[in-house]
Amino acid sequence: MRGVLAYFRRNPSLTVGIVLLALLTLFVIVGGLVVDTEDARPLSVPALRSPSAEYPFGTDRQGRDLLAVMVAGTPLTLRIGFIAGLLGVGLGTVLAFIGAYYRGFVDTIIRGVADIGLTVPGLLVLIIIAVSIKGTLTVNQMAIVVASLAWLYPTRTIRAQVLSLRERGYVEVARLSGMSGPQIIFFELMPNLLPYLAATLVNAVSAAILASIGLEVLGLGPIDAPTLGMTLYWVNFNAAMINGWWWWWTAPTVIILMVFLGLFFLTVGFDEIANPRLRRAA
Amino acid sequence: MAPLIEAVGVSKRFPGWLGRESTLALAPLSFAIHSEQPAVTAVVGESGSGKTTLARLLLGLAEPSNGEVKYRGRDLRRLDSEERLAFRRDVQAVFQDPYGVYNPFYRVDHVLRTPVRRFRLAASRAEARALIAEALRGVGLRPEEILGRFPHQLSGGQRQRVMVARALLLKPKLIVADEPVSMVDASLRATILGSLRKLTDEHGISILYITHDLATAYQVSDSILVLYRAHVAEAGAVEQVVTAPQHPYTQLLIAAIPRAHATRDWLAQDGEANLGDRARTSKGCCFADRCPHAASACLEAPPALYRTEPRRAVACVQFRKDPALSAGDLSAVVSEQSASGAEHRHEINPSNRLTRRRRLSC
Amino acid sequence: MSELVLRVEGLSVAFDHPLGKVQAVDGVSLALLPGERFGLAGESGSGKSTLALAILRMIKPPGWIEAGEVWLAGTRLADLGEDRIRALRLAGIALVPQGSMNSLNPVLRIGRQIADAFADHGLRLNRSEEEGRIAALLAEVGLPENVARLYPHELSGGMKQRACIAIAICLRPKVIIADEPTSALDVVVQRQVMATLARVQQELGAAVILIGHDMGLMAQFVDRLGVMYAGRLVEVAPIAEIITRPRHPYTRALIASLPSLEVRGALTGIPGLAPLLRDLPPGCAFHPRCPQAVDRCRTEKPPMRGIGGAEVACHLA
Repeated sequence: MRGVLAYFRRNPSLTVGIVLLALLTLFVIVGGLVVDTEDARPLSVPALRSPSAEYPFGTDRQGRDLLAVMVAGTPLTLRIGFIAGLLGVGLGTVLAFIGAYYRGFVDTIIRGVADIGLTVPGLLVLIIIAVSIKGTLTVNQMAIVVASLAWLYPTRTIRAQVLSLRERGYVEVARLSGMSGPQIIFFELMPNLLPYLAATLVNAVSAAILASIGLEVLGLGPIDAPTLGMTLYWVNFNAAMINGWWWWWTAPTVIILMVFLGLFFLTVGFDEIANPRLRRAA
Repeated sequence: MAPLIEAVGVSKRFPGWLGRESTLALAPLSFAIHSEQPAVTAVVGESGSGKTTLARLLLGLAEPSNGEVKYRGRDLRRLDSEERLAFRRDVQAVFQDPYGVYNPFYRVDHVLRTPVRRFRLAASRAEARALIAEALRGVGLRPEEILGRFPHQLSGGQRQRVMVARALLLKPKLIVADEPVSMVDASLRATILGSLRKLTDEHGISILYITHDLATAYQVSDSILVLYRAHVAEAGAVEQVVTAPQHPYTQLLIAAIPRAHATRDWLAQDGEANLGDRARTSKGCCFADRCPHAASACLEAPPALYRTEPRRAVACVQFRKDPALSAGDLSAVVSEQSASGAEHRHEINPSNRLTRRRRLSC
Repeated sequence: MSELVLRVEGLSVAFDHPLGKVQAVDGVSLALLPGERFGLAGESGSGKSTLALAILRMIKPPGWIEAGEVWLAGTRLADLGEDRIRALRLAGIALVPQGSMNSLNPVLRIGRQIADAFADHGLRLNRSEEEGRIAALLAEVGLPENVARLYPHELSGGMKQRACIAIAICLRPKVIIADEPTSALDVVVQRQVMATLARVQQELGAAVILIGHDMGLMAQFVDRLGVMYAGRLVEVAPIAEIITRPRHPYTRALIASLPSLEVRGALTGIPGLAPLLRDLPPGCAFHPRCPQAVDRCRTEKPPMRGIGGAEVACHLA
């Protein structure tokens, strides 16, 4: 335990990141117990009240209790990001390992598709996909839409790492010990990449959340869901800034900031774990 | 009886890129290692001589540009998975770097347990543990000091000895040791090389000892191949080649080694090349530009390998009166017996063969 | 005594490590005459490279100089401020570091790196003077003049090493410390580089400290040899004396472990392992591996004593 605490002191970024995300989680959990999430639906409460004891975050034009919206919406936004990030990194890892270990034609195809995909502006593609889907999106469908592009960058970066790892002496020794390709990938290469994969995952989640918020703000997200991005959409739709309803856009902005800062510091913290470990042990 | 490992006219050329010429890493080389005559063969050369390329070709870690590497008569590239497993069982390696060969994620036990598992050397966990402990003791290590540790907790010498123990576990027929002691302290080298020599003397395992250190090669090997710039300069029984070298490069190499003697003549010597830079050509002998005996004949064509003694071959035109080796095949010169004695030697280690059969059946 | 170009007295260097204090160098004293070639032999972990850095005052935290003094031509280095010490490095004492080939800046031409050395030490030269000096330097180490215009990767290993020697002598130092200068080079190139170093050193009249572990190389190059084990100096003697009559058991074992090119089957090593520098055994650091250790060796640390022509730290010498 002492070692863990000492490490947190040595790695302030990781600590800050964890603290921020922990606060958010606490907010959601405690909020869920204290607040009635039904009030996140329109016409639940009187409209356009500024923050008070009864409505600590105020209410919006459609009669939603903004505290309830934040409590209900934060996990939704995080969920989209998480599913999309996980799917993206999962697919990216598989493709990266296959391409980098076996090289040859398969690698050329995987690398080619990823490279071409990376040059296309992502948000544009997402908009086109979102617009083409008939009817409104559910939160899960949103995640899949974002995931469709989330695998491109992880594939490239993880592939680069595997390319360097596969030249290590212990891979040759494993081959001489009779291990097959998949066995080497899973037992020799993968464990050494776990810190890097964790860092990539956090990155991907961050990017996915950003992409989903972007789509939602444009009105292409799940209209009925009280996600953070949709809240901002309604803020725009109702010109809340011009009308001086500051509480409406302050709450989601602060929470989005906390999410991104938390994920950012977590990434930096993971980088510190990933790099010195690889260097020190090599 | 087909030789265990045979290189037939094997050469390696790396293609040039971005307009540069291709690099010849190893000129066509032929020799064979028979499992019936366990011996330590040294391959000595400087960096760029091709010795590591030769090791990788024989281990199947690289493919030859020309020629074939055969395992028991079958081309390495055409082995099926079962034969491949048998090949990996019979031919093992110890590498130079005692750091990179360990996966930092695992304890050192991993590198010992993996081959036991893959090759089914033990019927139970207890038997596996016993085998591993025995192998560690065989290289002078105490199992309780080694097992359960991470690689960074052991010294370089200990790590290298664990690698030798790993090779010992598999009781291969041939161990290719690529500079096994160059990254290890001088005082530990003897112990590690001693363990390797013991493998040959007591367990009948042949060793291909690849090094730039002629002195240790002289101490532990029976035969030697001296490589220079991808070509074989001299080969034969180690006693003669080192004490009475015939190829000018071998002579240069031996003279250049500083000895711990009271007489200080090392710095003073400075061999002048006969022909100098004019002789740097890709057609003739690769040593012509540095050779004190170079003549015009050396520039026309690369010299063949001339058999100057029953157990010596030299690639130098000075010896063109002697018979040239057919197809440049060094096997006869490098191995202890001539080919006709091979059948007779087959019976040499019956106890070894018996233990193998017993293990395979369980 | 006043003749000495370098004098080290009781130098100790320690490193702070979470698991304990690491005694990298323990009370080393040595004296160097001008123009002398002194060898410092020892295996990995013996402290020889750390000693070199300590002499140059280049020990950085978590390491620190615990005790001892260094005099360069009569000047006590501890008296000098950081600026003066910096001026002394390269101009007074030069270091040819281990892995010299990686010490050259890969994006600068060789000539520029030598010019940088001049500039850093306040030498104001005009273009032609500078070029002339660089060409002369390169000629001294046996490199053709055009090397000044080349990048390090265009040179072979031996040439890079000689370029490093050129940088080391460019300001005419009084002491050159060469830390394993030829460890990555092959035998033939090693001889060329060492011959260059010998010639350069003689022309300059500089003293050389050669750090290494190859006793054969020491035997052929140095005048006097110091043997280090576990951070301590265990024997110092003229090289001929050490080779023919080594007095410390470690020195004897080290010489015996040198593989001979005359007689086969005589390969011996030293059993056991070098001790951890943060957990040194009491008494003599070598006693766990010494074939002649007695009870006194286990409790009392042997002092350096003069015996015959040598100085030895052994109770039994």
